Amino acid sequence: MSVRRLHPVQPDSFAFNAENLAWAKAKIAQYPAGKQASAVIPLLWRAQEQNDNWVTKPVIEYVAHMLDMAYIRVLEVATFYTMFQLQPVGKIAHIQVCGTTPCMLRGAEDLKKVCQNKINHEPHHLSEDGNFSWEEVECLGACVNAPMVQIFKDTYEDLTPATLEKLIDDLATGRKVKVGPQIDRHNAAPEGVQTALTDPSLYEGQRTFVRVEPPPPPPPAEEKK
Amino acid sequence: MPKIKVDGVELEVENGLTLLQACEQAGAEVPRFCYHERLSIAGNCRMCLVEVKGGPPKPQASCAMSVNDLRPGPNGEPPEVFTNTSMVKKAREGVMEFLLINHPLDCPICDQGGECDLQDQAMVYGIDKNRFHENKRAVENKYLGPLVKTSMNRCIQCTRCVRFTTEVAGIEEMGATGRGEDMEITTYLNKAISSELQGNIIDLCPVGALTSLPYEFKARPWELRKTETIDAMDAVGCNIRVDARGREVMRILPRTHEDVNEEWISDKTRFVWDGLKAQRLDRPYVREFGKLREASWGEAFQRIAQRMNGVNPDRVGIILGDLVGAEEAFSVRQFADQFGIKNIDCRQDGTPLGEKGGRAGYLFNSGITGIDEADSILLIGTNPRLEAPVLNARIRRRVARGGCPVFLIGERADLTYGYTHLGNGPETLGKFLASDQQGGAKPMVIVGQGAIDRADGPQVLAAAYKAAEKLGAIKDGWNGFNILHTAAGRVGALDVCALPAQDGGKTTREMLDAAKAGELDVIFLIGADEIDTRALGATFVVYVGTHGDAGAHRADVILSGAAYVEKQVTYVNTEGRPQMTERASFPPGEAREDWAIFRAMTEVLGNALPWNNLAELRSAMYKVAPQLMRIDERTAAPTNELADLGKVEGAMSADPFRSPITDFYMTNPIARASKIMAECSALKNVQKLEAAE
Repeated sequence: MSVRRLHPVQPDSFAFNAENLAWAKAKIAQYPAGKQASAVIPLLWRAQEQNDNWVTKPVIEYVAHMLDMAYIRVLEVATFYTMFQLQPVGKIAHIQVCGTTPCMLRGAEDLKKVCQNKINHEPHHLSEDGNFSWEEVECLGACVNAPMVQIFKDTYEDLTPATLEKLIDDLATGRKVKVGPQIDRHNAAPEGVQTALTDPSLYEGQRTFVRVEPPPPPPPAEEKK
Repeated sequence: MPKIKVDGVELEVENGLTLLQACEQAGAEVPRFCYHERLSIAGNCRMCLVEVKGGPPKPQASCAMSVNDLRPGPNGEPPEVFTNTSMVKKAREGVMEFLLINHPLDCPICDQGGECDLQDQAMVYGIDKNRFHENKRAVENKYLGPLVKTSMNRCIQCTRCVRFTTEVAGIEEMGATGRGEDMEITTYLNKAISSELQGNIIDLCPVGALTSLPYEFKARPWELRKTETIDAMDAVGCNIRVDARGREVMRILPRTHEDVNEEWISDKTRFVWDGLKAQRLDRPYVREFGKLREASWGEAFQRIAQRMNGVNPDRVGIILGDLVGAEEAFSVRQFADQFGIKNIDCRQDGTPLGEKGGRAGYLFNSGITGIDEADSILLIGTNPRLEAPVLNARIRRRVARGGCPVFLIGERADLTYGYTHLGNGPETLGKFLASDQQGGAKPMVIVGQGAIDRADGPQVLAAAYKAAEKLGAIKDGWNGFNILHTAAGRVGALDVCALPAQDGGKTTREMLDAAKAGELDVIFLIGADEIDTRALGATFVVYVGTHGDAGAHRADVILSGAAYVEKQVTYVNTEGRPQMTERASFPPGEAREDWAIFRAMTEVLGNALPWNNLAELRSAMYKVAPQLMRIDERTAAPTNELADLGKVEGAMSADPFRSPITDFYMTNPIARASKIMAECSALKNVQKLEAAE
């Protein structure tokens, strides 16, 4: 992780659209009076989604006004959490490559190289057409299907450099892509076919189990007087 | 009250105390960086680790653990705390090693060197080798304004500055962005801090990350001569320490006084010192052919004697300024008495204070600590944030504690706390009197100079008194009728009765009118610069003061005096607490202490004042005002005459109240001569414009 600052080039303004404004007001109302500041993370996130997936200075100030917070308090939150992007991200995809140990062992370094070659050598920088950007992130919790990337709200798992390249190409040309494991696997189930717990009788409810109680502990020895 | 054993010493401590405070009470020293008695507890530096028996079996941050959190032993033995075991030493050494990982080794070029908490504590807990072989982190310096210099590589993220500005100063502008190793202390996008108390974060910073920008690379703490004295920038009477090298004042720091300024001072108090060197009147001047020229003392006195010769004393006036000490005011009073001068006034702003109501009629009667007890506060024509920033911080703390609503009649302003704005002027005050508003057990009314420095001042003061009476602010054991002064010397001058004579003496306003009409021949301005000098007309003006300000520009004879850090005088603060200044350096050149000037001048005029030194002067003064003898004691003023304040005829005008201070940084001749204050003032104007957009 590096020092997080606001982007030098900032738009002039930001305001929630009608739908998000209604959502935000409902969100704020969930908190007791005087504790509206608690809604800062949901509001910032919603604003990020509306604002091409990055948080700008106007976003921070808009949210601060909405929650009656000091600007610096919202800036603190926005710079603390890496889920808030402080610079423009790819219009089509911002690829978050998991680089934590399980993914790293399964080849996340190679995925990063693919991103460096296809998008930009530096993380958090836009590709030439502005459609893609990438960064390395900490564990996204799909270690079973390592290595994986997350693009906005979807994860793409069991990747190889080749499948990631294909994924980027498919996204770029607007072809439909499959979310989740990119190999023959259902969710986090074993790859291919099931190899354990295959006995059908396990699932027919005919087996009975007898609970074996351990012997009671010996009574405590009487204290010597 | 829980019992606790600290290093084998058993003691009983108050409920809710932290272990650190308990250790201090037991006499055990605990190192700390983030903990500060007057700020909230952060617990993030981990330097105050102690070993506890009766709590978790690991080193505990003593600042963040309450004595009530510890369990007694199986037979009811009190829980034990150890501050000197090998485990504690090892734990603290570990913390220190981590703190030093990213701290640069630039003590030789650091302004904090010699008075640095980290440096001192590293002498005890530091290790001589570095086991960290990576690069140290580098942090960009931040812009915080013209007063605070940043060197952010040195920051150890104790967040004292963030907590101070948020909690005490009441401005949410500083914060910590980022996280972990990349955490940075900053303001929102490098904006200058807008508080009048920001200089205190320099003292709070335990390392050299925040240092004084005007004092940058000027001196080392061990080469400074430290003088404990009293501030004269406002009427709070903050306790300060003036550090001087040779004759030059290098900086001003606060001293702790729980009942006055705690340990804070305003930026004007702290950074005004460069004004002590600029624009000084270092010798007497006389005006010849329309131009001032340097003169000797004898020549200047002769010139005054020539002009005073044969003049009707009724056609002579004396106006005292804001920075005049009680001894000087008393000298002037004596001078006026000896020469039959009736026109003498210490209230250059034209308030009616001291005319009626006795001493209680011009004091902050509840005392500054009374704010902590008040249960409602009515501000009339005052902006305490500008008039007394340290006092305003106390009001803010009282408001933040809850149960103390604040009401304001006067100009709307950002006071750093919430208040109910009742209205702008006397009309609202009249309505308030007619309403059935009730006060609580300890209501407080604070009357600012802006409400009473007008032609209808007596009427407004009467209305304010009636408001206090209606709220029940004046009763046995509680006097919540408070005058908030802005001038350091005013209460002292009122105490020695530097007021117009009862039989036809003219007030400041009347004197200026008379001068304009040509009915005044000679006027003495004793450091009085805040009057309209254009109104003086053809009057012969004698100016006694320190700086080439408004009064000196108009003067016909200038007698050069000593500034507040160059003389020993008594200043009585707004609550009536006399405090004595000490001499930190000498007046420049030929300038002399003011009381000596009056003594010498009266000798030339043929009727010398009856004292030859300061001690004789003081004993004469204490006969007139015995309360000034009790240094640093607040003598409660009798309230028996207070009701006279309300007995005033006439109606109030409709003009809204205005705070007398429009520019916080430019309120007296010393501040106006200061470059730093000018810079702050310019910045404030920009901030005001931005806020207006």
